[in-house]
Amino acid sequence: MAAVKETVRQVEALEAYEHGFVTDIATEFAPKGLNADIVRFISAKKGEPEWMLEWRLAAFERWQAMEEPDWANVSFPKIDYQDAYYYAAPVEKEGPKSLDEIDPELLAVYAKLGIPLKEQEVLLGVQGAPKYAVDAVFDSVSVVTTFKKELAAVGVIFCSMSEAIREHGDLVRQYLGSVVPTSDNYFACLNSAVFSDGSFVYVPKGVRCPMELSTYFRINAAQSGQFERTLIIAEDEAYVSYLEGCTAPMRDENQMHAAVVELVALTDAEIKYSTVQNWYPGDADGKGGIYNFVTKRADCRGDRSKVSWTQVETGSAITWKYPSCVLRGDGSSGEFYSIAVTNGRQQADTGTKMIHLGRDTKSRIISKGISAGHSSNTYRGLVSTNQKAANARNFTQCDSLLIGKDCAAHTVPYIEARNGSAHFEHEATTTRLSEDQLFYAMQRGLSREDAVALLVNGFVREVLQELPMEFAVEAQKLVAISLEGSVG
Amino acid sequence: MLSIKNLSATVADKPILKGLTLEVPAGEVHAIMGPNGAGKSTLSYVLTGREGYVVTQGSATLDGEDLLALAPDERAARGVFLSFQYPLEIPGVPGLTFIRTALNAQRKARGEAEVSAPEFLKRAREVAGSLKIDFEMLKRPLNVGFSGGEKKRMEIFQMAMLSPRFLILDETDSGLDIDALKIVAEGVNALRGPDRAMLVITHYQRLLDYIKPDKVHVLAGGRIAATGGPELAHELEAHGYDRWVA
Repeated sequence: MAAVKETVRQVEALEAYEHGFVTDIATEFAPKGLNADIVRFISAKKGEPEWMLEWRLAAFERWQAMEEPDWANVSFPKIDYQDAYYYAAPVEKEGPKSLDEIDPELLAVYAKLGIPLKEQEVLLGVQGAPKYAVDAVFDSVSVVTTFKKELAAVGVIFCSMSEAIREHGDLVRQYLGSVVPTSDNYFACLNSAVFSDGSFVYVPKGVRCPMELSTYFRINAAQSGQFERTLIIAEDEAYVSYLEGCTAPMRDENQMHAAVVELVALTDAEIKYSTVQNWYPGDADGKGGIYNFVTKRADCRGDRSKVSWTQVETGSAITWKYPSCVLRGDGSSGEFYSIAVTNGRQQADTGTKMIHLGRDTKSRIISKGISAGHSSNTYRGLVSTNQKAANARNFTQCDSLLIGKDCAAHTVPYIEARNGSAHFEHEATTTRLSEDQLFYAMQRGLSREDAVALLVNGFVREVLQELPMEFAVEAQKLVAISLEGSVG
Repeated sequence: MLSIKNLSATVADKPILKGLTLEVPAGEVHAIMGPNGAGKSTLSYVLTGREGYVVTQGSATLDGEDLLALAPDERAARGVFLSFQYPLEIPGVPGLTFIRTALNAQRKARGEAEVSAPEFLKRAREVAGSLKIDFEMLKRPLNVGFSGGEKKRMEIFQMAMLSPRFLILDETDSGLDIDALKIVAEGVNALRGPDRAMLVITHYQRLLDYIKPDKVHVLAGGRIAATGGPELAHELEAHGYDRWVA
């Protein structure tokens, strides 16, 4: 009887991944495997200038001499980097000018994912509803970017990375790799060699970006990796809020996603970066799923600049991700708000680094980890100051919630204060979802699943509040769906 | 309304209820009194379906429907409400959100339409006013950091918002000062009506001065040891439970 119940639960959990469909779209691949010719192939496909190719090749050479890191609290079979496609793109893809030129099949995919590609649909929304400019990345390439004209009117550049390399080469050249150098780590280096697309945002001095910008990443093709590269630059006194969402089909094999995101905030600039990550997590036995090895870093280069990372991580078989802030400018501040949910056999090792270099810098870390099923959830965070960073302030709060008996939660904080005036606070709690609370909610009329969802939403509320409103609602649902079938 | 026949139940294999029989007709308020450890709270948990409270024999029906076959939320949707002796804290979930979610879940289970936000808020303001609850308090996470008395008042607030048919009050008077007790009792009395029934579990007679019962039962040794009118409560207050405790 217990076994039957368990099976039903597993099937339900699988069905819960509603983005698991595959779309039959004509796709062009690079030959399988990885070598300098593949790097040249990718660069040529994108019509890149010579300097970009040189940059990629240099990264590839370094990568070959590097070792895959093994310090994270995750385990997986050795990856065969030659057994994957490093470039996959829907064919007939020579930079569509407008939505009308997009393969309707592709539009259907994004519609199915609930992404408002069609500007008119967004505009038809409730009066006064915020507008979202969207860049959609399908496998290796950006297929469409909306609202470009409106953004251009105020000087904001929002386009695919490929386009930025061609059209805004000087800006890209100036900033690319300036936050995450090619040799930073194994996966960032791989990305530097083979990255295929991503988003580019430039907000000029004194401009407050008039709408939310967002990118949707979708892995569709089998046996392909996705290596996107995102670069956001906020000039002095500029402000931008950016959101990325990710999904992938259900496949038995593991697929790699190794992205690099670089943010540059100059004097008095502010960047808010939100992620809702829902890559396919694998089935209940841990078969398939995305390996999410991502390097995200912000350089608060200017005085009083501010960067805020908010992430809702519910997907991926393995997550290895530490969105960080280098607080270089005096008085700069960094924030990290995270919800990481693991269920089934998922493994997450995620957290942040706050590196205080300037004087009077501040950082704040709120991490909420939820583990269910047989999953493992690790928070790993570094807060550091160098000798010159007088009056650095940090507040860290790490809360873990356990659902069931077979999951694990770990908290690994590193604190390095090399300046006596630093003031660092760290609070951590680990609690189990209480049967008493569940019964209380059920007595009031909630089903067990709804009671779990309500309690979990209460647990993560502080972080959800940091997301743009519309996405907070989505994220709330996502968290509940991810935990479906996790309690018996 | 509620009909309990020959009900026995164990907790961690220990027999607590031993053949309890009780009838509470619609429109009546019955008090259950008894010494500590007699099984008063066990009775409230068995009736609401808490895990770990195992029925070994007997039946409990609400208007003829077998309560014991239903999940806790299904019983709630049928109108069974328990005011907890120790209400739980729900971090991060504002009281209003909690109650509205519960109310709509119940309505959905009964095939009724959800309550609109304005309608819900209007009613919440009225009920909060009558119970002298600061409306701002309802926006805070439910019961988190509330005093014992505030928590009890929140239970009655939830009860009024959900308007159940069968109400169980488990030691609602504990933790209340006399003023709070009067307010709570008024709230409870406002819910009395021909279509509702109540089971008031209490250790002391004090509460029954404000919520007048139609009948008083003594629960001792896992069963109803005596039944009488309101005068029985006074007798118990004067002489204690010694007669029924072996």
